[in-house]
Amino acid sequence: MGGALAVAALIALPPLMSKYHLEILISVLFWAYLGIAWNVLGGYAGQFSFGHAAFFGIGAYTSTLLLLRAGLTPWIGMALGGALAAAFGLFEGYLSFRYGLKGPYFSLVTLAFAEMLRVIAVNTKAVGSSLGLVVPTAPSAPGLFIFSGKLPYYYIILAMGVLALALTWKIGRSRLGFSLAAVRENEDAAETAGVDALATKLRAMALSSFLTALGGTFYAQYFAYIDPTITFGPSVSIGALLPAIVGGAGTVLGPVLGSFVLTPLSELTRYALRGRAGADIMLYGAILVLVISFLPQGIMGVVRERRARAGRS
Amino acid sequence: MSLLELSGLTKRFGGLLAVSNFDLGVEAGEIVGLIGPNGAGKTTVFHLIAGFHPPTAGDIRFKGSSIVGAKPHAICRLGLTRTFQIVQPFAGLSVIENVMVGAFNREPEAAAARRSAADIVDFVGLGARRNAPARSLTLSDRKRLEIARGLATRPEVLLLDEAMSGLNPTEIDEIIGLIRRIHARGVSLLIIEHVMQAIMALSHRLVVLHHGEKLAEGVPADVARDRRVIEAYLGESA
Repeated sequence: MGGALAVAALIALPPLMSKYHLEILISVLFWAYLGIAWNVLGGYAGQFSFGHAAFFGIGAYTSTLLLLRAGLTPWIGMALGGALAAAFGLFEGYLSFRYGLKGPYFSLVTLAFAEMLRVIAVNTKAVGSSLGLVVPTAPSAPGLFIFSGKLPYYYIILAMGVLALALTWKIGRSRLGFSLAAVRENEDAAETAGVDALATKLRAMALSSFLTALGGTFYAQYFAYIDPTITFGPSVSIGALLPAIVGGAGTVLGPVLGSFVLTPLSELTRYALRGRAGADIMLYGAILVLVISFLPQGIMGVVRERRARAGRS
Repeated sequence: MSLLELSGLTKRFGGLLAVSNFDLGVEAGEIVGLIGPNGAGKTTVFHLIAGFHPPTAGDIRFKGSSIVGAKPHAICRLGLTRTFQIVQPFAGLSVIENVMVGAFNREPEAAAARRSAADIVDFVGLGARRNAPARSLTLSDRKRLEIARGLATRPEVLLLDEAMSGLNPTEIDEIIGLIRRIHARGVSLLIIEHVMQAIMALSHRLVVLHHGEKLAEGVPADVARDRRVIEAYLGESA
């Protein structure tokens, strides 16, 4: 009921918004979408990736290079980028999980892979090296994922977010969702209960990296410019995991709530401290530390506790 | 041919010979007790059977074919699973969700898995705690949950590792009753247990492990009178 109302508002209100507010809302949905994608692996499967930029960058570069060099529409390019990112995710996951890397060790491996791709991109002329790639913005060509206004991009990222949310909701109720939770909670116990831990984690890896890559293509088309630091750098990796963790990792709505809190917050701190370079990031960081210290289970953790308490009384 | 057959099973950890040339068969419909002093290698035997460690030598045959080298989840799907001595519930999930993880092996659809899990939760006596988070359970209930999750995978052979340790006499009697009812459903059991009155009452056959080797085997009453067994438990001078 509340969900339907929220979606209705998200569909109806944006045409009435100012360009500035629409941009913020696109940003909110974009980071929510990446959070949802990260959540499949980091939240549901409990495998804390610190390098989702690798998949994001693969998506952005694949569709953009195919558009610039071969004239292939990003609508198809994004699917190919997703497939390539999933293949890379499986490779990365197999190397890590096959040898039992867990927790911080797995996080470090994912970070290293993302950094490796960044350095390769910086040093490869064929992909624009550190200068990056410029995506054409005009003329408007919906068939090529190029629009003149912001509104179409808004509805695209909204649709992507709703579909990804529906997917994670469905997974959470399926056999795969139970297997993911079992692996997250206790791998040995999961195995004795018939759960193939390696295959389960690889499925999460493939799905999460596929979805993240689609976000990369969206970014390239929306901002019309990509370079190695933006797409493969740690800020995307952190941007993907923060909404999920602050909102509540492993919950369906966590990443969405997280982004609705965090993205405007970072926007506000930037506005409040404009002219003092870096000060906004310090304030934003301080707020994050507070949120994580007081809400270790994220916003959804508080919601669930309230509900449980209401249920008991 | 036994349902589960260990032959010449050996496990060496570096310089330690944990299990040495161990033979054991579990027939269909049998309850076999595996006892021995602490450190005798009982839990290592379970680890080897369930696929957590590869044996250094020897063979493990289940339903006629070797399961050496198979992963625990594959062995579980064949119809053999275990419980852990130190219970390992999925702490963040509810009781029914814990059991559903096991039930999904036989019922891939969530609704069917939930029904089958609900039956088993009732069967082990956790019906009233069905939606409680596993982390909120008492030790006795956690032991039942551990058994329920194993049962949900519909095993032909269930390995129970000290399902009664740490429980009070009333709770022990309840678990004995539960194990009898599991056996009545046609499940064969291999049980590690230190609670002697329980293992004597339940086992059709008793196997004693000492320093990784089989010390004695037979019907419980005979084994209990065996001089070597008494010495192993109480020390040489007893």
